[in-house]
Amino acid sequence: MSLTTVDGGFAEPVFGSQRAFRALMDAFARPGSVADLSDLAVPPAPMSPAAGAILLSLADADTPVFFETDMLDAKAWVGFHTGATATTDAPSARFVHLADNSDCTGWSRFAVGTAEYPDRSATLLLPVADLRGGQHLTLSGPGIETTTDIGPQGLPACFADFMAANRAGFPLGFDLVLVSGDEALALPRTTRIQEA
Amino acid sequence: MSLPAYNFAYLDEQTKCMIRRAILKGIAIPGYQVPFASREMPMPYGWGTGGVQVTAAILGPDDVLKVIDQGADDTTNAVSIRAFFAKTANVATTTKTAEATIIQTRHRIPEERLQAHQTIVFQVPIPEPLRFLEPRETETRVMHGLEEYGLVHVKLYEDIAQHGHIATTYAYPVKVEGRYVMDPSPIPKFDNPKLDRSPALQLFGAGREKRIYALPPFTQVTSLDFEDHPFTVQTFSRPCALCNATGVYMDEVVTDDRGGRMFVCSDTDHCETRQADGHTGPGLPQLGEHASSEQETTR
Repeated sequence: MSLTTVDGGFAEPVFGSQRAFRALMDAFARPGSVADLSDLAVPPAPMSPAAGAILLSLADADTPVFFETDMLDAKAWVGFHTGATATTDAPSARFVHLADNSDCTGWSRFAVGTAEYPDRSATLLLPVADLRGGQHLTLSGPGIETTTDIGPQGLPACFADFMAANRAGFPLGFDLVLVSGDEALALPRTTRIQEA
Repeated sequence: MSLPAYNFAYLDEQTKCMIRRAILKGIAIPGYQVPFASREMPMPYGWGTGGVQVTAAILGPDDVLKVIDQGADDTTNAVSIRAFFAKTANVATTTKTAEATIIQTRHRIPEERLQAHQTIVFQVPIPEPLRFLEPRETETRVMHGLEEYGLVHVKLYEDIAQHGHIATTYAYPVKVEGRYVMDPSPIPKFDNPKLDRSPALQLFGAGREKRIYALPPFTQVTSLDFEDHPFTVQTFSRPCALCNATGVYMDEVVTDDRGGRMFVCSDTDHCETRQADGHTGPGLPQLGEHASSEQETTR
């Protein structure tokens, strides 16, 4: 076991996971708002600190995690700190760490829940270059008073279409979190995304 | 050095992790009941074990906690839960609605409009609005899946057929974002309009029934009704006897054994704040002022 696997967890696990969760809960409750996850986790590259903090706070032995790319150090780090298994079986994954510039067509592999249990669905973490200054998108839906604008950089080309299809399947669907550096932005399945 | 007797906020970290995942899925699917592995808590079922677990999972050291029971900060349930978190999490507590970041409630929503930075946690006894119409969980799951809510309307219709009006006055069913029918917990229907497009995040925890559900801020929440029998809330013909407030939900207090009674704000913080601002009501009823002297509209 190398030092990169062990280093970089929450300095205070109880309060670190609480802070990360609360930031993410607010992000889910107010889609489009940016959650600050700085100074919490330092995962091995290429995993972002935001993705690291989210997985450390929410993953455990009950939640298989699927890694779209072979980030061996980060995979071992998540396994060491949370006890979650890194699965290669996409439909069984509760959390998914997507690749940069992930191809949306592969996202239909992930669990969207069932009519009786739509909560049995995956939460996808999509790394993007920046949460600001990019493609202009307008969000509406629960958690948003009227509309709100976001501008993430480096979204896959198929993003808006695929998210519209995900929204149309409500209450089934996956929930997606954009992660970049220390920051995260949640797009739960209820959020309508329009390209401006 | 002695080890602390409890983890922060009583629950162990793995339990909090599981509850947190349920809360996030609940927020992502407004009005849908997410099953969770509810734990035994050091208080009996019916005392808010679901609400307590939700509060424990979200609570941080900087939070300010308010707990109300039927609007009151000073009843056994409220005092006990507030003391529980003061002891196990060492968090600041308050009775002032405006100062709280987390409000755990049994069966009321404060009169003061909640703010965006606040989270309200409801204690829920029976989370399933269809339970008394269909006892099988497997069936109610399918009914929610198929959006088959005709039975709820039949129930409301039977109220009209029997009583001439919809006689459901608390736990009045609502529809969330035009999709899930949800039990708002046994809040009086007076509070239902406050659920709609609230700026605060609303979380619901049912401990015995092992369910968590949520309403994100600005979620559309509609009370079920009929075109010819529209939803209405309770009205009170007299103002609060202590603070003279109108347009608030009131408790009836019996003051003697000769039919004397008074109506006072159910929300004690609201009432005390108004009294501190100099508002005074008519006070105790005069002897001989009987219950029958005035008919209260409470439907």
